[in-house]
Amino acid sequence: MSSDFAQLAAAAADIEEYLTRHAHKGLLRFITCGSVDDGKSSLIGRLLHDSKMIFEDQLETLEDDSKRIGTRGGELDYALLVDGLAAEREQGITIDVAYRFFSTERRKFIVADTPGHEQYTRNMVTGASNADLAVILVDARKGVLTQTRRHSYLAALLGIRQVVLAVNKMDLVDYSEEVFTAIERDYRGFARQIDLTAITCIPVSAVAGDNVVARSGRCAWYRGPALLEHLENVTLADDAEGAPFRMPVQWVNRPNPEFRGFAGLIASGGVRRGDTVRVLPSGRRSSVARILVGDRDVEQAVAAQSVTLTLTEEIDVSRGDVLCAADAPPAVANQFEATIVWMHDEPLLQGRAYLLKIGTKTVTATVAPIKYRVNVNTLEHLAARKLDLNDIGVCGLELSSAIAFEPYKDSRVLGGFILIDRLTNNTVGAGLLHFALRRSQNVHWQALDVNKASRALLSHQKPCILWFTGLSGAGKSTIANLVEKQLHADGRQTYLLDGDNVRHGLNKDLGFTDQDRVENIRRVAEVARLMVDAGLIVLVSFISPFRSERRMARGLVAPGEFFEVFVDTPLAAAEARDVKGLYKKARRGELKNFTGIDSPYEAPEAPEIRLDTALLAPEAAATQVIAHLRGAGIIEAYSGQGDLNWEI
Amino acid sequence: MSRLDYLQRLEAESIHILREVVAECDKPVMLYSIGKDSSVMLHLALKAFAPAKLPFPLLQIATGWDFREMLTFRDAAAQRHGLDLLVHTNEEGVRAGVKPWSHGAVYSDLMLTQALRQALDAHGFDAAFGGGRRDEEKSRAKERVFSFRSVQHRWDPKNQRPELWQLYNTRKNPGESIRVFPLSNWTELDVWQYIHVENVPIVPLYFAKPRPVVRRGGQLLMVDDDRLPLAADDRVEMLNVRFRTLGDYPLTGATLSTADTLPLVIREMLLARGSERQGRLVDQEGAASMEKKKQEGYF
Repeated sequence: MSSDFAQLAAAAADIEEYLTRHAHKGLLRFITCGSVDDGKSSLIGRLLHDSKMIFEDQLETLEDDSKRIGTRGGELDYALLVDGLAAEREQGITIDVAYRFFSTERRKFIVADTPGHEQYTRNMVTGASNADLAVILVDARKGVLTQTRRHSYLAALLGIRQVVLAVNKMDLVDYSEEVFTAIERDYRGFARQIDLTAITCIPVSAVAGDNVVARSGRCAWYRGPALLEHLENVTLADDAEGAPFRMPVQWVNRPNPEFRGFAGLIASGGVRRGDTVRVLPSGRRSSVARILVGDRDVEQAVAAQSVTLTLTEEIDVSRGDVLCAADAPPAVANQFEATIVWMHDEPLLQGRAYLLKIGTKTVTATVAPIKYRVNVNTLEHLAARKLDLNDIGVCGLELSSAIAFEPYKDSRVLGGFILIDRLTNNTVGAGLLHFALRRSQNVHWQALDVNKASRALLSHQKPCILWFTGLSGAGKSTIANLVEKQLHADGRQTYLLDGDNVRHGLNKDLGFTDQDRVENIRRVAEVARLMVDAGLIVLVSFISPFRSERRMARGLVAPGEFFEVFVDTPLAAAEARDVKGLYKKARRGELKNFTGIDSPYEAPEAPEIRLDTALLAPEAAATQVIAHLRGAGIIEAYSGQGDLNWEI
Repeated sequence: MSRLDYLQRLEAESIHILREVVAECDKPVMLYSIGKDSSVMLHLALKAFAPAKLPFPLLQIATGWDFREMLTFRDAAAQRHGLDLLVHTNEEGVRAGVKPWSHGAVYSDLMLTQALRQALDAHGFDAAFGGGRRDEEKSRAKERVFSFRSVQHRWDPKNQRPELWQLYNTRKNPGESIRVFPLSNWTELDVWQYIHVENVPIVPLYFAKPRPVVRRGGQLLMVDDDRLPLAADDRVEMLNVRFRTLGDYPLTGATLSTADTLPLVIREMLLARGSERQGRLVDQEGAASMEKKKQEGYF
């Protein structure tokens, strides 16, 4: 093989020549995956060892560790080279994605080692997201397992076209051709179902070193390449290179008034000086004046380069926009069908809003509806209203603003996204855009001449939402009712959306599970938004137990139009009151998912108005709300500027 | 694969990471150790933001035991590129008289780990670039490019955010900060190759020349000034040596070498019979010591 020690030494003897030759190697990123004990770490350890990427002191540590905690009876345990974190070395398993590096005469390799445990699917997806090729291990004694199918499905899903099936532990089946051929036939049958076609099957023994770096005489019947030989020679079609030019704008470089550059990593295609480009989503056109790599001007740049472009015309471009070939722009949309891989303990709920980051753009996204969940072992589609950790589902996705995108199969950059929880800031999911939904392509936002401002002028009030939240029996509806009466008496145009009432009509199809509560609030928030647009002061009286949904509702209207009113009554007091007898029922177990009893209530952290019902009678509470509205200018506008506005 | 070679790809990826931090974080800083990895990181940053100057300061943790040649090199680099250079030393440690040769782990904790925390807290930096590479050490192989630290600067290896594609979630909770490693996917050989291809300036200590050294516990230590205590039988020898890694001079072992040009240094690296960190006395305290240190906030 290309880089055994003697050759390295020879190369080093003529170092200038070596450096020139090696400066222009290619890069191959691959992942290894397989079930527990298939020998992934051993295989990588063997590749590192046999390609001489192990230094002498590491080798000494390895010898020492192999004797102390090795699983090979004191023989070199190559897995110990790879299993990094102290905890997992003790447990003897790999628990996270680990990256390894080695290189040969022909290529540099970056290996993502991903674990085989079912609960760690997110790690495999993480490793696969940047990989060109997957090495999937099976134990020759066990053949294709559920895990093998799962990993193959994930590799195909994440757009890996090239797969190596490494049939490991051939030493334990006497290097039997029959065993190998049966496994290969079995695997190819499955792979066809998931559109994996570029498959290379190699019989190996990671522990004995057969067919890993060099072809082994012990499988004389095998005519194909050894694993490393294949990795060095496999040709990978680079779709990104032939595709039209796209570059998400990462950063606007403005060191002085004369220079305005748009920095980014080219996602696909190439760009030349003078090319006409379009900025999406705005659609404005300009042409490329300069291309800089570092501080040097170049004539052209290609996919995967980080560059800075300047344009001939001054047009508005900012981070998150996509620069693209003017004659072949990607589509722009805000509703999609997407596959989502859920990566967090808290489930994905239909209707809940998350942050979505794609390219260099971050927007708000709501998942609705979940069409189905995929059983990755059988590829069956199952009905689902939520996705749990490691679930994969196909969903509708609605974004707060339109984005330039491409289907994931065409572009990982413009089609791959992550979902971020807005409260914890965790990365909770990853997803792949498939296509824009028709309704988003055909239903355009209609620009209307009569708008919120003009309607508000006519009605002499600033529209807003008063969102009353609190436990059942806290007194929300009582207080909201008093506030509305007073506003009405004042001549204001109002509407009160009450939780119980809305559940008799608009939301009568919804129950009280977490998912249904989220959808309940989403619908009410949308209705409230329409009413604000119509110029009304909207009072919403809903338990609305989750911060996340209240935040979503707030995000639907303009800043200053949302007032969160926390009707703060301790559980004991609300339960003692129990106007509707619901707490008693819940305590008896006749009412499931009752807020405060067996379903959580997340109190507001910074409500605009907090009403302490232990201190305030309902009338006093209502007066406090009115006073707040006056202070915030919601109902001052009436007498102050109403007549003047009327003239305008 | 694209026509770009592997160094161009690594460069593009690192520049992407550097820009992402500047675009999304409030107050980034680059930790500058003056070593070869820092030199490469600085070079990449200059390319990432050209023709603008670096949009963040550099921070060097000086212990007072830095090689003099490193400080000269540092000041020259700052001058050449108009860098905003911050230098911080843990004055408490200096006052307490903590010495590299007598205080071992306490010394590195006070003068490196604590000093770094002090500086990050004092300036309120929310993101700090470090030159760490995943090939250096096993626990680093699993660390994310964007690695979050708690208010106490602790790393929780069990609770890392998944990193997919080139999408980095930079959103922090109150008090959290991020360590960002633009060189995560580089190996030692890549770093050297890049220095060669791009003519990146590095501290002359990497090249062999006659230097005054004493032998200590199997290591050759350079007598960089007269503060290194010498025993009666210590013999200061002028030997042709160079350094594979750089730290404080009383803690950094030299290797005998005649490699006085970059190609010769790379040749020696290729033929190396000991991995990089062996020259650093700090890391020789048990196999899992780096992981432990990082949990405590060492870079």
